[in-house]
Amino acid sequence: MRRFFEDRGVLEVETPLLCEAGAVDEHLDPVPVDLHSGGPLGPVRRRYLATSPEHSMKRLLVGGSGPIYQVTRAFRDGERGRLHNPEFTILEWYRPGWDHLRLMDEVEELIRGVFLEAEGGAPEDLRREAARPFERVAYREAFLRALGVDPFRSTVGDLTQAARGQGIAASSAPREEDRDGILNLLLAAAVEKQLGYGRPAFLMDYPPSQAALARVKEGEPPVAERFELYVRGIELANGYHELLDPLEQERRFADANEKRRAAGKAELPMDRRFLEALRAGMPSCAGVAMGLDRVLMLAVGGSSIDDVLTFPIDRA
Amino acid sequence: MATYNTSEFKAGLKVLIDNEPYLMVDTEFMKPGKGQAVYRTRLRNLLRGNVIDRTYRSGDKIDAADVAEMTLQYLYNDSKNWFFMNPDTYEQYSISKENMGEAYLWVKDGLTVEATFFNDKPIGIDVPKHVELVVSYCEPAARGNTATNVRKPATLESGAEVQVPAFINVGDIVRVDTRTHEYIERVTKS
Repeated sequence: MRRFFEDRGVLEVETPLLCEAGAVDEHLDPVPVDLHSGGPLGPVRRRYLATSPEHSMKRLLVGGSGPIYQVTRAFRDGERGRLHNPEFTILEWYRPGWDHLRLMDEVEELIRGVFLEAEGGAPEDLRREAARPFERVAYREAFLRALGVDPFRSTVGDLTQAARGQGIAASSAPREEDRDGILNLLLAAAVEKQLGYGRPAFLMDYPPSQAALARVKEGEPPVAERFELYVRGIELANGYHELLDPLEQERRFADANEKRRAAGKAELPMDRRFLEALRAGMPSCAGVAMGLDRVLMLAVGGSSIDDVLTFPIDRA
Repeated sequence: MATYNTSEFKAGLKVLIDNEPYLMVDTEFMKPGKGQAVYRTRLRNLLRGNVIDRTYRSGDKIDAADVAEMTLQYLYNDSKNWFFMNPDTYEQYSISKENMGEAYLWVKDGLTVEATFFNDKPIGIDVPKHVELVVSYCEPAARGNTATNVRKPATLESGAEVQVPAFINVGDIVRVDTRTHEYIERVTKS
């Protein structure tokens, strides 16, 4: 993998795990750490373990780093399951001057290389699947295919109806503000498990409300320039044509904090250094984060990331 | 009523859905995209045995089902109800044929079973994986045929019918697998 980036002139970088602030996201909970200035009895300085290296790497891009990549640990509180460990390994990279479509081609090349040239060899069927051209399927198309509902145009009532059909208990009456919540449930219960079988698949053209740090492309309807890579129903990577607008970014963070407050979660500090960097002007770029534990898990024919972690959280 | 939060989900929980008791067979933490965490669960209906898939959002609650287990001893049946006794308290319980499911095929006087109670009423029993029963009827053993691959039907004292090797006779005690209905071995020759 390092050779892959070296051959393409992408520079390896290293950024801090202990940060003053990170992404503000309704559903992403950083692990807080209390440091003390001037020794253990000094005043507390609250820091957070990075949920991803995104902000730091974008600050490097603003500084003129050119294309960069990093393999690092990331920490997310409360995430534990067959495909989750609160501490995990991310491969993240950025391509100045590229859009997300061009980056998807590179992700495809990398994944194909990893599965076809894996040490000891990935399982034969996985090699065969990865050798085929990856599918590119729009978010809307994937929902229509799996459920017959249009995530952009169907009413929340229709979406809730589809959810009931999938054994999702409606916890309350359908509300328009909850559209993303319902879509998310449908994605988990019915759509994801049809993605990336036979060959890997990119899910793309997300609803603008799920753009996170992606640009929104005007159109009818407008779509977020975001993609996720799926192999056999498992999400491996998430990428964006990166948002450059500092005001829009700040508005999204404020909005996320609003939702956190409403959900009874602690608000998170805004990353002022990151926003400052955006104001200075980040080059147009595309970036992607990949869950390396899951990639490795598939490459060795495992079924849980515990298969490739030395000591999962319960034994760490 | 007691409830379970999604963070308490694990296989083995007994929960109440639409007023019926379910056993959580499997649960999986998922976090699609950048969205809220969800829990996909697989649940078995303790009354009917069917399995359903349910998905819950992080923070959702489900009611706990008042389900308990008790070890009981089989007494007798009147072909509508099967009667059992708690060997410690001598209290008797009846279980309808419907709730017995297939278990009625394997019970004989004195057999110890695990009974499941829902709202203090017995709703079903688990028989041991292997039981030993007397053969009450089968064709006579073919003389000299000791091959184990030739099978013939035999009726057991509990009423179950299983395929047994040709050398088995009426009165033999055989061990059978209650899940697969398969003959395992002869325990005692009559």
